[in-house]
Amino acid sequence: MMLKIKRVPTVVSNYQKEDAEEGGAGCGRNCLRSCCLPGSKLPLYAFKKANKLVCEKGSFDSVNKEPPVEFLDALLLGEWEDRVQRGLFRYDVTACETKVIPGKYGFIAQLNEGRHLKKRPTEFRVDKVLQPFDETKFNFTKVGQEEVLFQFEPSENNHVQFFPNAPIDLENSPSVVAINVSPIEYGHVLLIPRIFECLPQRIDRESFLLALHMAVEAGNPYFRLGYNSLGAFATINHLHFQAYYLATPFPIERAPSKKITTTSNGVEISYILNYPVRGLVFEHGDNIEDLSNAVSESCICLQENNIPHNVLIADSGKRVFLFPQCYAEKQALGEVSAELLDTQVNPAVWEISGHMVLKRKEDYEGASEENAWRLLAEVSLSEERLNEVKELIFEAASCFNNVEENKVVAEVATTASSEDLGEACEDGDALKGSGEPAMVHV
Amino acid sequence: MEPQQLILRYSGWVREALDELPDCFTITDPCVSGHPIVFASDGFLKMVGYCREEVIGRNGRIFQGPDTRRSSVIEIREAIREERCVQISLLNYRKDGTPFWMLFQLCPVFSKDDGRVINFVAVQVPISRKSRRSGVGNSRREMNSCEDGNGFRDNFFRCCRREVCSDSIFELGRASAMDSVSSHDDEVETNEPCEASEVEKTKASAAISNILSVLTHYSELTGRSVCVKRCRLTGNGHLSASLNISLRRIKQSFVLTDAFLPDMPIVYASEAFLKLTGYDRHEVLGQNCRFLSGTDTDTVTQFQIKEHIQAQQACTVRILNYRKDRTSFWNFLHISPVRNASGKVAFFVGIQIDERCRNGETHGLSPEMRQLSVVGAVKVAVRGLSMGANSS
Repeated sequence: MMLKIKRVPTVVSNYQKEDAEEGGAGCGRNCLRSCCLPGSKLPLYAFKKANKLVCEKGSFDSVNKEPPVEFLDALLLGEWEDRVQRGLFRYDVTACETKVIPGKYGFIAQLNEGRHLKKRPTEFRVDKVLQPFDETKFNFTKVGQEEVLFQFEPSENNHVQFFPNAPIDLENSPSVVAINVSPIEYGHVLLIPRIFECLPQRIDRESFLLALHMAVEAGNPYFRLGYNSLGAFATINHLHFQAYYLATPFPIERAPSKKITTTSNGVEISYILNYPVRGLVFEHGDNIEDLSNAVSESCICLQENNIPHNVLIADSGKRVFLFPQCYAEKQALGEVSAELLDTQVNPAVWEISGHMVLKRKEDYEGASEENAWRLLAEVSLSEERLNEVKELIFEAASCFNNVEENKVVAEVATTASSEDLGEACEDGDALKGSGEPAMVHV
Repeated sequence: MEPQQLILRYSGWVREALDELPDCFTITDPCVSGHPIVFASDGFLKMVGYCREEVIGRNGRIFQGPDTRRSSVIEIREAIREERCVQISLLNYRKDGTPFWMLFQLCPVFSKDDGRVINFVAVQVPISRKSRRSGVGNSRREMNSCEDGNGFRDNFFRCCRREVCSDSIFELGRASAMDSVSSHDDEVETNEPCEASEVEKTKASAAISNILSVLTHYSELTGRSVCVKRCRLTGNGHLSASLNISLRRIKQSFVLTDAFLPDMPIVYASEAFLKLTGYDRHEVLGQNCRFLSGTDTDTVTQFQIKEHIQAQQACTVRILNYRKDRTSFWNFLHISPVRNASGKVAFFVGIQIDERCRNGETHGLSPEMRQLSVVGAVKVAVRGLSMGANSS
């Protein structure tokens, strides 16, 4: 059986909608492919790779200290505003009403009537977290060069470097930051690691480290990065992270947590408590790379076990939240109530973190903590299932191997349904060994 | 720097009066860069094991450590940003590195004159182990950690017995706490790692109110009174304090004008703007931006600005402006509307560049790009801070 849901795809580029009609011949629109690339230049921001500690002693009042706006922050905001004034966005997101929903948790609601206007729903397959890259579908090499803000790379030496006009070097496999023309908040961008390698939506160590570096470099706690796997509401199968500014805390950032363990290099892993979506939070670690590896290895394990998930990088890269989820599967199986489906809210990383983008005025006006909670509760794994998933991660991720007392019995891994296994193997390297542990039932 | 900090606003007796209070507390000054501690009570110093010189001038985060919860730190950060009270359980560290749970209560102290925040008072009440997690059934790993299990208790009692607790209420609370360990604490444990009891909450609130009455009293003697509730700001054009704080991070020359007020007065002017134009802040606030124009300013350019503002559109112009000393400069000016969380244009931001300074910096961002980054930063700040974020 193949599970699919219908949803309106998000238009992230001005060249996306024409895509279907486009014949594929001659381009002439200044895209990022070989037809238009020669001689093109883009700003290049090179960050320092220093293995500095992610977590200096907590910042008691990073706001009152008033550090000047960081360079990457200024670059991103400036380039983004430039695209605003050049009229590249489909709507002015700052004209969309937004509010904090009254209550204990501080869920955030936004009314965005323009985001999905006039789009027909498309079918998305939701039961496979790893799918091969498909050249015929929309991908980020097809965006216009004006939609790309800058290249983002590790620096050759140990200093931040900036080149306002750097050539785009295909050999060098640059990572780029591009605007999302349907922003859900100010500064909404996509980080596309090694864009020309056309990687499918799939976490690898290097790419996740890049995303974490971006959060650290921006140095702004209100600039967060997010990731949606396939089956957890990613709509484009070309590796990308999202990010935007919202100068208010997300409910997930205020949620308490309970420590499960500390890895050999000091990364602390905890359960998120008192929150409608169950998940794990990763923090500390001896350096950025340790934290990054702990998260990326966990994601890789989830991918290989076909468990859809969302990731939020918060707190300027000090904390990473990981949510395995099962909403799309429930939706495909017809287990989500019509009332929730009617709101057309797709619970991806931002919604799960407590930022709800609503399409109907009545949903916005009537937004309440109970409604938000009810929706998010549908996304969550059960406590038992999360526990199983956690064990799976702890067993698989090599950086956890040195952790004492983690002699975990991964029962789940051995209970793959044989029916699914045949199909799973089509993907070749996509799924190894353990098969598909029945995509999360609650 | 420490004595002056307090004495400026309060009479010289304030220190002695504060020293007489038995509580563990600190007073910080948000107006000084780094938001340092300017007073620490004897009780506090005993509790954390630092001497006074090691604490004064430092930021309160020096007491936080690896197991201090980020969610708690964020609560405190937001309370400071929004200039409101907060009461929260917090894991802090002594000088010797041992962690301990305490109830942290923070309150702003306002200036009676202009409603600005002058100080924050932070009271810290060690939390008895009544509602500590039991640790039973947990692995050995947790016991080794200072944060959890028995390790914590030992540390905690060592601290309380020897140094801090002379207070009978507190002794009492702790004694009864010892009896009730481990039975039905599991629920509390999963909700919040360490919940303070009512006794502790009352104690913290009482301490805050004692400290605040001392501060209020000694400020009256200097004629520069402080108050606990922000006074109603009279007159037009005052920005919320939290927006002011966010805007202070932006170092370029810019002003914010209020689109809702008649004649759109300036409601914020950056330090760099004051430096560029030679005016004091009070001479600028409340004015319309035209006060920078003079005899040789081109009226066509002025009209152009007016038209864009009426149409709520961004524009860039080159306009001749005058400083306070009447010297002129070519102002490469960018103006953009800024919407609040309801989506309405609430402000206009104007970013000035003295044209002579336009051709510096080849390796950084271009002046035009830096202007746009100010627009972005202001839009983010205004939107985020007008969402009604006081949710807790």
